[in-house]
Amino acid sequence: MELYSLTIHQLKEFLHKKEVSVLEVTRAYLERIKEVEPQIDALITITEEFALQRAKEADEKIKNGEAKDLTGIPVIIKDNISTEGIRTTCSSKMLENYVPPYNATVVERLLEEGAVILGKSNLDEFAMGSSTENSAFKTTKNPWDLSRVPGGSSGGSAAAVAADEAAFALGSDTGGSIRQPASLCGVVGMKPTYGLVSRYGLVAFASSLDQIGPFTKDVTDCAIVLNTIIGHDPMDSTSLKIDKPDYTSYLKEDIKGLKIGVAKEFFSTGIEKGVKETVQKAIKVFEDLGADIIDISIPYLEYALPAYYIIASAEASSNLARYDGIRYGHIAKNYEDLIDMYMTGRSEGFGKEVKRRIMLGTYALSSGYYDAYYKKALKVRTLIKNDFERAFEKCDVIVGPTSPTVAFKIGERTNDPLAMYLADIYTVSVNIAGLPGISLPCGLSDGLPVGLQVIGKHFDEGRIINVAYAFEQANKFNAKPQAIGGAR
Amino acid sequence: MAISKCEVEHVAKLARLKFSAEEIEEFTVQLSKILDYVNKLNELDTENVEPTAHIVPIHNVFREDEVKPSMDREKILINASYTENGCFKVPKIIE
Repeated sequence: MELYSLTIHQLKEFLHKKEVSVLEVTRAYLERIKEVEPQIDALITITEEFALQRAKEADEKIKNGEAKDLTGIPVIIKDNISTEGIRTTCSSKMLENYVPPYNATVVERLLEEGAVILGKSNLDEFAMGSSTENSAFKTTKNPWDLSRVPGGSSGGSAAAVAADEAAFALGSDTGGSIRQPASLCGVVGMKPTYGLVSRYGLVAFASSLDQIGPFTKDVTDCAIVLNTIIGHDPMDSTSLKIDKPDYTSYLKEDIKGLKIGVAKEFFSTGIEKGVKETVQKAIKVFEDLGADIIDISIPYLEYALPAYYIIASAEASSNLARYDGIRYGHIAKNYEDLIDMYMTGRSEGFGKEVKRRIMLGTYALSSGYYDAYYKKALKVRTLIKNDFERAFEKCDVIVGPTSPTVAFKIGERTNDPLAMYLADIYTVSVNIAGLPGISLPCGLSDGLPVGLQVIGKHFDEGRIINVAYAFEQANKFNAKPQAIGGAR
Repeated sequence: MAISKCEVEHVAKLARLKFSAEEIEEFTVQLSKILDYVNKLNELDTENVEPTAHIVPIHNVFREDEVKPSMDREKILINASYTENGCFKVPKIIE
């Protein structure tokens, strides 16, 4: 057993018993990163020096009996989450040299606990994409098959955890950007309820949909990380004041009598046979555990994706208007006047997909089209939200596939934006309705991981963790990514 | 085509983006395809449906207007390409 293949809760035990030091753990991970990174390309920045310094501080904490859950635990942060003094690029030329002068609240919370940041992970530029192929710097490879994508936009974080480059990682999920790559890489990924985790310091893409969440090796670790990162933050006016539960208290195997909803709409559009069968087997596991499987319907689900692309692009076009090159970011060297400086700098700094979304969003918000597109999409958002509310009158959680397919080939969808957008067909509705959702591995199809999605009511993360944990214990996922000699 | 070349050029101006002639062609085709797909929303009658801009039922969030220390000026200026006398420097806009 290698140190880098351990879960947070296993590492924590070794560290607290002083059987291993944080410095040893950190060095083991940094070695692992050097070993696999040439194949995986999950990271934009490796923060070796900072990590070793943090490791020494964490060892002091443990020595002084001040150890907490994440003290000395190595983590990788998606490169759209601000880290003070550490370059935060959003995988964009626009922010290639941007060094934030402050930490995101989630980063602050991890550092307070004594977590060790190893680096920043690759993403689709500004989190727009489903494969990391939209990164201006590199395409991350799926550790299960290096010719395939890891999913996106948090593909670097998902691949890093799958390849044992960190014990856990943080990502952000606007339309599936945590759950879909978690599914494709065979790890656990959760998008919490909108408002549960502070977005302060997360570079804004679509503010009414974005939410930060963890990638972990198992459900127990997901509960542990969630305990640290949630909570009200005065710096984010959309973060809610709620009592902080202890999510580890939901790590129970009993789900007898729990009502699990299954909607036929989650098994329709573009789903691969292998994915469908694997998820149906998973539903059988819930039945065997004594849960009641209830047929439900989300009639408007097929409208979630078109509504999402209008809402997300509209918000993005307005959020990305801030990149003028004056206070930070890429600035044009040659220009005629002020307007031309903006236009030249933005056109040089942004990649194609980002420009496509800015254009779509600007069009949807422009005079004469606002009602037809933006307002229409917001009305459909109401219908989808109501669909879920009605469904949750009949069941406690909803389960289904996270992604309609297993990991697809690099380059397969890059020339067809719509085909790429379809990767998020089963995840976007959850963001539209602001609900929490988890993806956990439930089996393999053609040797590639299939993700099971569990969706809950607002702020019902505890129940999701209960359901996911019960499944995980009954249906252990022991497969390892082979493409990198997987030592997990 | 759901959107014309002329409209794409207009939107690019609004979005402060610059494109080559080929890019305008490409975007016209791609955006048209995306808009055709999005027009699926028109299958739904939403006449009497209220829009949802935000999922969380919070509206205005207020705090006391207290003086607190803010970030150092130097720290804020560190990412700017052009600064002078502790300020951001911008091109001249008044003749």
